[in-house]
Amino acid sequence: MYGIKGISGKVAGFFRLSGELSYFAGRYFTEVWKPPFEIRELLHQCYNVGNRSFPLVGITGFIIGLVLTLQTRPTLQEFGAVSWMPAMVGISIVREIGPVVIALICAGRVASGIGAELGSMRVTEQIDAMEVSGTNPFKFLVVTRITATTLMVPVLVIIGDVLALYGSFLIEHLKGNVSFQLYFNQVFDSLEFSDLIPATVKTFFFGFAIGLVGCFKGYYCTKGTVGVGTAANTAVVAASMLIFILDFIAVLISDIFYEL
Amino acid sequence: MNKENAITPVFPVGKGKEDVVIRIKDLKKRFGDNHVLNGFNMELYQGENLVIMGKSGSGKTVMIKCLVGLMQPDSGSIEVMGKDITKLDRKALDLLRADIGFLFQGSALYDSMTVRENLEFPLRRHKERFRDRADTETLVLEALKSVGLSHTTELMPAELSGGMKRRVALARTLIMNPRIILYDEPTSGLDPITAKEIIELMRIIQARYRTSALIITHDVDCARVISDRMILLVDGINYAEGTYRELQRSADPQVKAFFK
Repeated sequence: MYGIKGISGKVAGFFRLSGELSYFAGRYFTEVWKPPFEIRELLHQCYNVGNRSFPLVGITGFIIGLVLTLQTRPTLQEFGAVSWMPAMVGISIVREIGPVVIALICAGRVASGIGAELGSMRVTEQIDAMEVSGTNPFKFLVVTRITATTLMVPVLVIIGDVLALYGSFLIEHLKGNVSFQLYFNQVFDSLEFSDLIPATVKTFFFGFAIGLVGCFKGYYCTKGTVGVGTAANTAVVAASMLIFILDFIAVLISDIFYEL
Repeated sequence: MNKENAITPVFPVGKGKEDVVIRIKDLKKRFGDNHVLNGFNMELYQGENLVIMGKSGSGKTVMIKCLVGLMQPDSGSIEVMGKDITKLDRKALDLLRADIGFLFQGSALYDSMTVRENLEFPLRRHKERFRDRADTETLVLEALKSVGLSHTTELMPAELSGGMKRRVALARTLIMNPRIILYDEPTSGLDPITAKEIIELMRIIQARYRTSALIITHDVDCARVISDRMILLVDGINYAEGTYRELQRSADPQVKAFFK
Protein backbone atom coordinates (compact mmCIF):
# COMPACT_ATOMS: atom_id res chain seq x y z
CA MET A 1 0.00 0.00 0.00
CA TYR A 2 2.79 2.38 1.01
CA GLY A 3 4.73 1.41 -2.11
CA ILE A 4 1.84 2.31 -4.39
CA LYS A 5 1.33 5.58 -2.53
CA GLY A 6 5.01 6.38 -2.81
CA ILE A 7 5.11 5.64 -6.53
CA SER A 8 1.93 7.59 -7.27
CA GLY A 9 3.33 10.51 -5.26
CA LYS A 10 6.52 10.48 -7.31
CA VAL A 11 4.58 10.26 -10.58
CA ALA A 12 2.37 13.15 -9.48
CA GLY A 13 5.49 15.09 -8.49
CA PHE A 14 7.06 14.44 -11.89
CA PHE A 15 3.96 15.69 -13.73
CA ARG A 16 3.68 18.72 -11.46
CA LEU A 17 7.34 19.58 -12.10
CA SER A 18 6.88 19.07 -15.85
CA GLY A 19 3.85 21.37 -15.76
CA GLU A 20 5.74 24.05 -13.84
CA LEU A 21 8.71 23.81 -16.21
CA SER A 22 6.37 24.10 -19.22
CA TYR A 23 4.71 27.15 -17.66
CA PHE A 24 8.16 28.66 -17.07
CA ALA A 25 9.08 28.02 -20.72
CA GLY A 26 5.76 29.52 -21.83
CA ARG A 27 6.45 32.61 -19.75
CA TYR A 28 9.85 32.92 -21.47
CA PHE A 29 8.22 32.88 -24.92
CA THR A 30 5.68 35.49 -23.77
CA GLU A 31 8.28 37.84 -22.27
CA VAL A 32 11.05 37.50 -24.86
CA TRP A 33 9.18 39.58 -27.49
CA LYS A 34 8.13 42.37 -25.13
CA PRO A 35 10.20 45.52 -24.57
CA PRO A 36 12.31 46.60 -22.79
CA PHE A 37 14.96 44.37 -24.35
CA GLU A 38 17.87 43.92 -21.97
CA ILE A 39 20.51 43.94 -24.72
CA ARG A 40 23.43 44.88 -22.46
CA GLU A 41 22.64 42.09 -20.00
CA LEU A 42 22.11 39.64 -22.88
CA LEU A 43 25.58 40.44 -24.28
CA HIS A 44 27.05 40.11 -20.80
CA GLN A 45 25.44 36.67 -20.43
CA CYS A 46 26.60 35.62 -23.92
CA TYR A 47 30.12 36.55 -22.84
CA ASN A 48 29.69 34.59 -19.60
CA VAL A 49 28.35 31.48 -21.31
CA GLY A 50 30.53 31.59 -24.42
CA ASN A 51 33.86 33.03 -23.48
CA ARG A 52 34.14 31.41 -20.08
CA SER A 53 33.11 27.97 -21.32
CA PHE A 54 35.40 28.15 -24.33
CA PRO A 55 38.62 26.75 -22.72
CA LEU A 56 36.78 23.76 -21.23
CA VAL A 57 34.86 23.05 -24.43
CA GLY A 58 37.98 23.51 -26.57
CA ILE A 59 40.17 21.16 -24.52
CA THR A 60 37.41 18.56 -24.23
CA GLY A 61 36.66 18.65 -27.96
CA PHE A 62 40.35 18.33 -28.84
CA ILE A 63 40.82 15.34 -26.50
CA ILE A 64 37.67 13.64 -27.83
CA GLY A 65 39.16 13.81 -31.33
CA LEU A 66 42.50 12.39 -30.13
CA VAL A 67 40.96 9.58 -28.11
CA LEU A 68 38.35 8.60 -30.68
CA THR A 69 41.01 8.26 -33.37
CA LEU A 70 43.47 6.41 -31.13
CA GLN A 71 40.79 3.95 -29.99
CA THR A 72 39.31 3.32 -33.43
CA ARG A 73 42.51 3.12 -35.47
CA PRO A 74 43.64 -0.42 -34.44
CA THR A 75 40.21 -1.91 -35.29
CA LEU A 76 40.07 -0.18 -38.68
CA GLN A 77 43.68 -1.26 -39.34
CA GLU A 78 42.66 -4.88 -38.70
CA PHE A 79 40.09 -4.64 -41.50
CA GLY A 80 42.39 -2.56 -43.75
CA ALA A 81 39.97 0.36 -43.54
CA VAL A 82 42.16 3.11 -42.06
CA SER A 83 41.36 5.32 -45.04
CA TRP A 84 37.78 5.49 -43.73
CA MET A 85 38.99 7.12 -40.53
CA PRO A 86 38.34 10.81 -41.49
CA ALA A 87 34.84 10.02 -42.75
CA MET A 88 33.98 7.91 -39.71
CA VAL A 89 35.33 10.40 -37.19
CA GLY A 90 33.80 13.34 -39.07
CA ILE A 91 30.31 11.85 -39.19
CA SER A 92 30.32 10.61 -35.61
CA ILE A 93 31.64 13.88 -34.20
CA VAL A 94 29.47 16.24 -36.24
CA ARG A 95 26.25 14.23 -35.99
CA GLU A 96 26.31 12.92 -32.45
CA ILE A 97 29.37 12.98 -30.21
CA GLY A 98 30.21 16.68 -30.58
CA PRO A 99 26.73 18.12 -29.89
CA VAL A 100 25.92 15.75 -27.02
CA VAL A 101 29.27 15.87 -25.22
CA ILE A 102 29.68 19.65 -25.55
CA ALA A 103 26.06 20.17 -24.44
CA LEU A 104 26.67 17.94 -21.40
CA ILE A 105 29.78 19.94 -20.54
CA CYS A 106 27.76 23.14 -20.85
CA ALA A 107 25.07 21.60 -18.62
CA GLY A 108 27.72 21.00 -15.96
CA ARG A 109 29.40 24.35 -16.34
CA VAL A 110 26.54 26.70 -17.22
CA ALA A 111 23.31 25.18 -15.80
CA SER A 112 24.89 24.72 -12.37
CA GLY A 113 26.31 28.25 -12.48
CA ILE A 114 22.96 29.78 -13.40
CA GLY A 115 21.14 27.64 -10.81
CA ALA A 116 23.55 28.67 -8.05
CA GLU A 117 23.62 32.36 -9.06
CA LEU A 118 19.86 32.82 -9.29
CA GLY A 119 19.33 30.61 -6.23
CA SER A 120 21.66 32.77 -4.20
CA MET A 121 19.94 35.92 -5.51
CA ARG A 122 16.58 34.45 -4.48
CA VAL A 123 17.57 33.54 -0.92
CA THR A 124 19.33 36.88 -0.32
CA GLU A 125 16.23 38.76 -1.57
CA GLN A 126 18.09 40.32 -4.52
CA ILE A 127 15.32 39.17 -6.89
CA ASP A 128 12.72 40.77 -4.60
CA ALA A 129 14.80 43.97 -4.54
CA MET A 130 14.79 43.99 -8.35
CA GLU A 131 11.03 43.53 -8.43
CA VAL A 132 10.49 46.35 -5.93
CA SER A 133 12.73 48.68 -7.96
CA GLY A 134 10.35 48.32 -10.92
CA THR A 135 12.51 45.96 -12.98
CA ASN A 136 10.94 42.72 -14.15
CA PRO A 137 13.43 40.16 -12.73
CA PHE A 138 12.13 37.42 -15.01
CA LYS A 139 12.99 39.52 -18.04
CA PHE A 140 16.31 40.78 -16.71
CA LEU A 141 17.60 37.51 -15.25
CA VAL A 142 15.77 34.63 -16.92
CA VAL A 143 15.05 35.79 -20.48
CA THR A 144 18.62 37.02 -20.99
CA ARG A 145 20.20 33.83 -19.65
CA ILE A 146 17.99 31.42 -21.62
CA THR A 147 18.53 33.44 -24.82
CA ALA A 148 22.29 33.52 -24.19
CA THR A 149 22.56 29.75 -23.74
CA THR A 150 20.31 29.14 -26.77
CA LEU A 151 22.61 31.27 -28.92
CA MET A 152 25.98 30.31 -27.48
CA VAL A 153 25.75 26.52 -27.08
CA PRO A 154 25.59 26.00 -30.90
CA VAL A 155 28.67 28.24 -31.29
CA LEU A 156 30.50 26.24 -28.62
CA VAL A 157 29.49 22.98 -30.30
CA ILE A 158 30.89 24.17 -33.65
CA ILE A 159 34.16 25.20 -31.96
CA GLY A 160 34.29 21.85 -30.11
CA ASP A 161 33.64 19.92 -33.35
CA VAL A 162 36.39 21.79 -35.22
CA LEU A 163 38.91 21.14 -32.44
CA ALA A 164 37.88 17.48 -32.19
CA LEU A 165 38.45 17.04 -35.94
CA TYR A 166 41.80 18.81 -35.62
CA GLY A 167 42.77 16.45 -32.78
CA SER A 168 41.80 13.49 -34.93
CA PHE A 169 43.83 14.89 -37.82
CA LEU A 170 46.92 15.23 -35.58
CA ILE A 171 46.82 11.51 -34.73
CA GLU A 172 46.27 10.56 -38.36
CA HIS A 173 49.12 12.85 -39.40
CA LEU A 174 51.50 11.39 -36.81
CA LYS A 175 50.55 7.76 -37.32
CA GLY A 176 49.59 7.64 -41.01
CA ASN A 177 51.34 10.73 -42.41
CA VAL A 178 48.02 12.05 -43.74
CA SER A 179 48.12 15.67 -44.95
CA PHE A 180 45.80 18.38 -43.60
CA GLN A 181 44.16 18.89 -46.99
CA LEU A 182 43.58 15.18 -47.63
CA TYR A 183 42.18 14.59 -44.16
CA PHE A 184 39.69 17.46 -44.26
CA ASN A 185 38.73 16.79 -47.89
CA GLN A 186 37.72 13.31 -46.81
CA VAL A 187 35.86 14.63 -43.81
CA PHE A 188 33.83 17.14 -45.84
CA ASP A 189 33.25 14.68 -48.68
CA SER A 190 31.57 12.34 -46.25
CA LEU A 191 29.34 15.03 -44.72
CA GLU A 192 26.07 16.20 -46.24
CA PHE A 193 23.69 18.99 -45.36
CA SER A 194 21.39 16.33 -43.95
CA ASP A 195 24.11 15.61 -41.39
CA LEU A 196 24.88 19.23 -40.57
CA ILE A 197 21.41 20.76 -40.34
CA PRO A 198 19.75 18.43 -37.78
CA ALA A 199 22.98 18.35 -35.75
CA THR A 200 23.09 22.15 -35.64
CA VAL A 201 19.37 22.65 -35.05
CA LYS A 202 19.34 20.31 -32.07
CA THR A 203 22.14 22.27 -30.38
CA PHE A 204 19.80 25.29 -30.16
CA PHE A 205 17.35 23.08 -28.27
CA PHE A 206 20.15 21.79 -26.04
CA GLY A 207 21.15 25.39 -25.26
CA PHE A 208 17.54 26.32 -24.54
CA ALA A 209 17.15 23.31 -22.22
CA ILE A 210 20.34 24.18 -20.32
CA GLY A 211 19.26 27.79 -19.76
CA LEU A 212 15.67 26.87 -18.98
CA VAL A 213 16.49 24.25 -16.34
CA GLY A 214 19.26 26.33 -14.72
CA CYS A 215 17.00 29.38 -14.47
CA PHE A 216 13.97 27.37 -13.29
CA LYS A 217 15.87 25.68 -10.49
CA GLY A 218 17.55 28.90 -9.37
CA TYR A 219 14.54 31.21 -9.72
CA TYR A 220 12.34 29.05 -7.50
CA CYS A 221 15.08 28.15 -5.03
CA THR A 222 14.01 27.87 -1.39
CA LYS A 223 15.50 26.67 1.92
CA GLY A 224 18.48 29.03 2.15
CA THR A 225 22.05 28.04 1.33
CA VAL A 226 21.17 24.33 1.28
CA GLY A 227 18.59 25.17 -1.37
CA VAL A 228 21.25 26.95 -3.47
CA GLY A 229 23.39 23.79 -3.50
CA THR A 230 20.37 21.68 -4.37
CA ALA A 231 19.38 24.07 -7.16
CA ALA A 232 22.87 23.89 -8.71
CA ASN A 233 23.01 20.12 -8.39
CA THR A 234 19.52 19.34 -9.69
CA ALA A 235 19.98 21.83 -12.54
CA VAL A 236 22.90 19.74 -13.89
CA VAL A 237 21.05 16.43 -13.48
CA ALA A 238 17.81 17.68 -15.06
CA ALA A 239 19.59 19.51 -17.90
CA SER A 240 21.67 16.41 -18.72
CA MET A 241 18.54 14.23 -18.78
CA LEU A 242 16.73 16.72 -20.98
CA ILE A 243 19.68 16.76 -23.39
CA PHE A 244 19.48 12.97 -23.82
CA ILE A 245 15.69 13.08 -24.27
CA LEU A 246 15.95 15.90 -26.82
CA ASP A 247 18.74 14.06 -28.63
CA PHE A 248 16.60 10.94 -28.86
CA ILE A 249 13.68 12.98 -30.26
CA ALA A 250 16.01 14.75 -32.73
CA VAL A 251 17.41 11.43 -33.97
CA LEU A 252 13.88 10.01 -34.38
CA ILE A 253 12.76 13.04 -36.38
CA SER A 254 15.88 13.13 -38.60
CA ASP A 255 15.47 9.37 -39.24
CA ILE A 256 11.95 10.04 -40.54
CA PHE A 257 13.40 12.61 -42.95
CA TYR A 258 16.15 10.19 -44.07
CA GLU A 259 13.52 7.60 -44.94
CA LEU A 260 11.47 10.04 -47.04
CA MET B 1 -4.53 37.32 23.22
CA ASN B 2 -7.66 38.58 21.51
CA LYS B 3 -8.39 42.02 20.15
CA GLU B 4 -10.35 43.01 23.29
CA ASN B 5 -7.13 42.95 25.32
CA ALA B 6 -5.47 45.35 22.94
CA ILE B 7 -4.61 48.86 24.03
CA THR B 8 -6.76 51.56 22.45
CA PRO B 9 -4.99 52.92 19.34
CA VAL B 10 -3.56 56.39 19.62
CA PHE B 11 -4.51 58.71 16.77
CA PRO B 12 -1.36 60.66 15.93
CA VAL B 13 -1.49 64.30 16.95
CA GLY B 14 -2.06 66.76 14.14
CA LYS B 15 -2.82 64.12 11.55
CA GLY B 16 -6.15 63.55 9.88
CA LYS B 17 -7.60 60.89 7.67
CA GLU B 18 -6.60 62.81 4.54
CA ASP B 19 -2.94 62.36 5.55
CA VAL B 20 -3.02 58.55 5.40
CA VAL B 21 -0.38 57.22 2.98
CA ILE B 22 -0.89 53.51 3.69
CA ARG B 23 -4.14 51.94 4.83
CA ILE B 24 -4.39 48.18 5.41
CA LYS B 25 -7.80 46.69 6.16
CA ASP B 26 -8.52 43.20 7.44
CA LEU B 27 -5.45 41.65 5.78
CA LYS B 28 -5.40 37.86 5.78
CA LYS B 29 -2.73 35.53 4.50
CA ARG B 30 -2.10 31.87 5.14
CA PHE B 31 0.34 29.25 3.91
CA GLY B 32 -1.45 25.90 3.98
CA ASP B 33 -2.74 25.48 7.52
CA ASN B 34 -0.50 28.20 8.86
CA HIS B 35 -2.59 31.37 9.25
CA VAL B 36 0.04 34.10 9.30
CA LEU B 37 -2.12 37.23 9.07
CA ASN B 38 -5.60 37.05 10.59
CA GLY B 39 -7.17 40.40 9.83
CA PHE B 40 -4.38 42.90 10.29
CA ASN B 41 -5.30 46.60 10.17
CA MET B 42 -2.98 49.56 9.96
CA GLU B 43 -2.76 53.18 8.90
CA LEU B 44 0.45 55.07 8.25
CA TYR B 45 0.26 58.86 8.19
CA GLN B 46 2.27 61.35 6.19
CA GLY B 47 5.63 62.05 7.85
CA GLU B 48 5.08 59.44 10.54
CA ASN B 49 7.50 56.74 11.75
CA LEU B 50 5.44 53.68 12.55
CA VAL B 51 7.21 50.74 14.16
CA ILE B 52 5.76 47.25 13.96
CA MET B 53 7.11 44.81 16.50
CA GLY B 54 6.38 41.15 16.86
CA LYS B 55 7.97 37.79 17.52
CA SER B 56 9.59 35.81 14.72
CA GLY B 57 6.88 34.21 12.61
CA SER B 58 4.24 36.71 13.69
CA GLY B 59 3.70 37.83 10.09
CA LYS B 60 5.67 41.11 9.96
CA THR B 61 7.69 40.28 6.87
CA VAL B 62 4.68 38.71 5.11
CA MET B 63 2.72 41.91 5.79
CA ILE B 64 5.46 44.17 4.40
CA LYS B 65 5.86 41.94 1.32
CA CYS B 66 2.10 42.12 0.68
CA LEU B 67 2.45 45.89 0.97
CA VAL B 68 4.77 46.15 -2.05
CA GLY B 69 3.07 43.43 -4.09
CA LEU B 70 5.75 40.77 -3.58
CA MET B 71 3.03 38.55 -2.12
CA GLN B 72 -0.68 38.47 -2.79
CA PRO B 73 -2.92 38.53 0.32
CA ASP B 74 -5.77 36.04 0.57
CA SER B 75 -8.21 38.82 1.46
CA GLY B 76 -8.30 42.39 2.68
CA SER B 77 -7.26 45.64 1.06
CA ILE B 78 -3.96 47.52 0.92
CA GLU B 79 -4.18 51.15 -0.14
CA VAL B 80 -0.94 52.98 -0.81
CA MET B 81 -1.42 56.68 -1.50
CA GLY B 82 -5.06 56.01 -2.32
CA LYS B 83 -4.44 53.09 -4.69
CA ASP B 84 -5.38 49.53 -3.85
CA ILE B 85 -2.22 47.69 -4.81
CA THR B 86 -3.98 44.31 -4.96
CA LYS B 87 -5.94 45.59 -7.97
CA LEU B 88 -3.15 47.31 -9.91
CA ASP B 89 -1.66 45.90 -13.12
CA ARG B 90 2.08 45.40 -13.39
CA LYS B 91 2.79 48.79 -15.01
CA ALA B 92 0.77 50.78 -12.47
CA LEU B 93 2.30 48.78 -9.62
CA ASP B 94 5.83 49.53 -10.88
CA LEU B 95 5.00 53.24 -11.06
CA LEU B 96 3.67 53.19 -7.51
CA ARG B 97 6.70 51.23 -6.30
CA ALA B 98 8.89 54.14 -7.39
CA ASP B 99 7.35 56.08 -4.49
CA ILE B 100 8.11 53.29 -2.02
CA GLY B 101 11.63 52.56 -0.84
CA PHE B 102 12.33 49.15 0.64
CA LEU B 103 15.33 48.40 2.83
CA PHE B 104 15.70 44.62 2.95
CA GLN B 105 16.81 42.76 6.06
CA GLY B 106 20.02 41.48 4.46
CA SER B 107 20.55 44.67 2.39
CA ALA B 108 19.94 42.68 -0.85
CA LEU B 109 22.68 44.45 -2.81
CA TYR B 110 23.28 42.92 -6.25
CA ASP B 111 26.47 40.89 -5.78
CA SER B 112 27.58 41.07 -9.40
CA MET B 113 27.38 44.88 -9.59
CA THR B 114 29.51 47.65 -8.12
CA VAL B 115 28.04 50.09 -5.62
CA ARG B 116 27.56 52.62 -8.44
CA GLU B 117 25.71 50.06 -10.60
CA ASN B 118 23.60 49.03 -7.61
CA LEU B 119 22.46 52.63 -7.21
CA GLU B 120 21.94 53.20 -10.93
CA PHE B 121 19.83 50.06 -11.29
CA PRO B 122 16.49 51.42 -9.95
CA LEU B 123 16.88 54.54 -12.13
CA ARG B 124 16.79 52.51 -15.37
CA ARG B 125 13.05 51.98 -15.28
CA HIS B 126 12.06 55.42 -14.07
CA LYS B 127 14.02 57.81 -16.31
CA GLU B 128 11.05 60.15 -16.87
CA ARG B 129 10.79 60.62 -13.11
CA PHE B 130 14.27 62.14 -13.01
CA ARG B 131 14.10 64.26 -16.16
CA ASP B 132 14.23 67.46 -14.14
CA ARG B 133 16.80 66.20 -11.72
CA ALA B 134 20.54 66.03 -12.12
CA ASP B 135 22.28 63.39 -14.23
CA THR B 136 22.74 59.84 -12.95
CA GLU B 137 26.30 60.40 -11.77
CA THR B 138 25.26 63.32 -9.55
CA LEU B 139 22.28 61.40 -8.19
CA VAL B 140 24.48 58.44 -7.25
CA LEU B 141 27.06 60.63 -5.54
CA GLU B 142 24.36 62.63 -3.77
CA ALA B 143 22.70 59.48 -2.42
CA LEU B 144 26.02 57.98 -1.31
CA LYS B 145 27.03 61.26 0.32
CA SER B 146 23.81 61.29 2.32
CA VAL B 147 24.82 57.96 3.91
CA GLY B 148 28.48 58.99 4.27
CA LEU B 149 29.90 56.55 1.71
CA SER B 150 30.77 58.68 -1.33
CA HIS B 151 34.18 56.96 -1.62
CA THR B 152 32.74 53.49 -2.28
CA THR B 153 31.34 53.91 -5.81
CA GLU B 154 33.63 51.39 -7.49
CA LEU B 155 33.64 48.79 -4.69
CA MET B 156 31.81 45.47 -4.95
CA PRO B 157 29.28 44.56 -2.20
CA ALA B 158 31.60 41.74 -1.04
CA GLU B 159 34.19 44.40 -0.14
CA LEU B 160 31.82 46.21 2.23
CA SER B 161 31.17 45.57 5.92
CA GLY B 162 27.65 44.71 7.15
CA GLY B 163 27.01 48.30 8.25
CA MET B 164 28.31 49.73 4.95
CA LYS B 165 26.09 47.34 2.98
CA ARG B 166 23.08 48.53 4.95
CA ARG B 167 24.04 52.17 4.23
CA VAL B 168 24.49 51.51 0.51
CA ALA B 169 21.12 49.73 0.46
CA LEU B 170 19.63 52.81 2.11
CA ALA B 171 21.28 55.02 -0.52
CA ARG B 172 19.79 52.81 -3.25
CA THR B 173 16.41 53.36 -1.66
CA LEU B 174 16.90 57.13 -1.36
CA ILE B 175 18.02 57.64 -4.95
CA MET B 176 14.41 57.16 -6.06
CA ASN B 177 13.34 60.01 -3.76
CA PRO B 178 10.55 57.89 -2.24
CA ARG B 179 7.62 59.22 -0.24
CA ILE B 180 7.46 56.11 1.93
CA ILE B 181 10.33 53.94 3.17
CA LEU B 182 9.76 50.41 4.43
CA TYR B 183 12.47 49.07 6.71
CA ASP B 184 12.60 45.31 7.28
CA GLU B 185 14.72 44.72 10.41
CA PRO B 186 17.12 47.62 9.66
CA THR B 187 19.45 46.80 12.55
CA SER B 188 19.43 43.00 12.51
CA GLY B 189 22.84 41.36 12.30
CA LEU B 190 24.67 44.58 13.17
CA ASP B 191 26.78 45.29 16.23
CA PRO B 192 25.23 47.79 18.73
CA ILE B 193 27.41 50.71 17.60
CA THR B 194 26.68 50.23 13.89
CA ALA B 195 23.01 49.65 14.71
CA LYS B 196 22.93 53.04 16.50
CA GLU B 197 24.56 54.67 13.48
CA ILE B 198 21.92 53.19 11.19
CA ILE B 199 19.11 54.37 13.48
CA GLU B 200 20.62 57.86 13.56
CA LEU B 201 20.88 57.79 9.78
CA MET B 202 17.21 56.81 9.52
CA ARG B 203 16.29 59.80 11.69
CA ILE B 204 18.38 62.17 9.59
CA ILE B 205 16.88 60.82 6.38
CA GLN B 206 13.36 61.17 7.72
CA ALA B 207 14.05 64.80 8.63
CA ARG B 208 15.81 65.64 5.37
CA TYR B 209 13.56 63.84 2.89
CA ARG B 210 10.30 64.16 4.91
CA THR B 211 9.40 60.54 4.24
CA SER B 212 6.88 58.36 6.02
CA ALA B 213 8.46 55.22 7.40
CA LEU B 214 7.19 51.78 8.32
CA ILE B 215 9.80 50.00 10.39
CA ILE B 216 9.70 46.33 11.25
CA THR B 217 12.03 45.47 14.07
CA HIS B 218 12.72 43.36 17.17
CA ASP B 219 15.09 46.04 18.40
CA VAL B 220 13.48 47.86 21.33
CA ASP B 221 16.19 50.55 21.28
CA CYS B 222 15.47 51.21 17.63
CA ALA B 223 11.74 51.43 18.36
CA ARG B 224 12.35 53.83 21.28
CA VAL B 225 14.49 56.21 19.28
CA ILE B 226 12.66 56.23 15.97
CA SER B 227 8.98 55.54 16.59
CA ASP B 228 6.15 58.05 16.63
CA ARG B 229 3.74 55.18 17.10
CA MET B 230 4.01 51.41 17.51
CA ILE B 231 1.93 48.35 16.70
CA LEU B 232 2.52 45.00 18.34
CA LEU B 233 1.74 42.18 15.96
CA VAL B 234 0.74 38.95 17.70
CA ASP B 235 -0.69 35.94 15.90
CA GLY B 236 -1.37 37.96 12.78
CA ILE B 237 -3.44 40.73 14.39
CA ASN B 238 -2.54 44.18 15.73
CA TYR B 239 -2.58 43.19 19.36
CA ALA B 240 -1.63 46.54 20.85
CA GLU B 241 -1.07 50.02 19.49
CA GLY B 242 0.25 53.25 20.97
CA THR B 243 3.36 55.34 21.53
CA TYR B 244 6.53 53.72 22.85
CA ARG B 245 5.88 55.09 26.35
CA GLU B 246 2.27 53.91 26.41
CA LEU B 247 3.20 50.39 25.41
CA GLN B 248 6.15 50.31 27.77
CA ARG B 249 3.81 51.11 30.69
CA SER B 250 1.27 48.48 29.66
CA ALA B 251 0.31 45.86 32.24
CA ASP B 252 -0.52 43.32 29.56
CA PRO B 253 1.95 40.40 29.91
CA GLN B 254 2.32 39.93 26.16
CA VAL B 255 3.17 43.60 25.69
CA LYS B 256 5.48 43.65 28.71
CA ALA B 257 7.39 40.68 27.31
CA PHE B 258 8.65 42.81 24.44
CA PHE B 259 10.14 45.43 26.75
CA LYS B 260 11.96 43.09 29.15
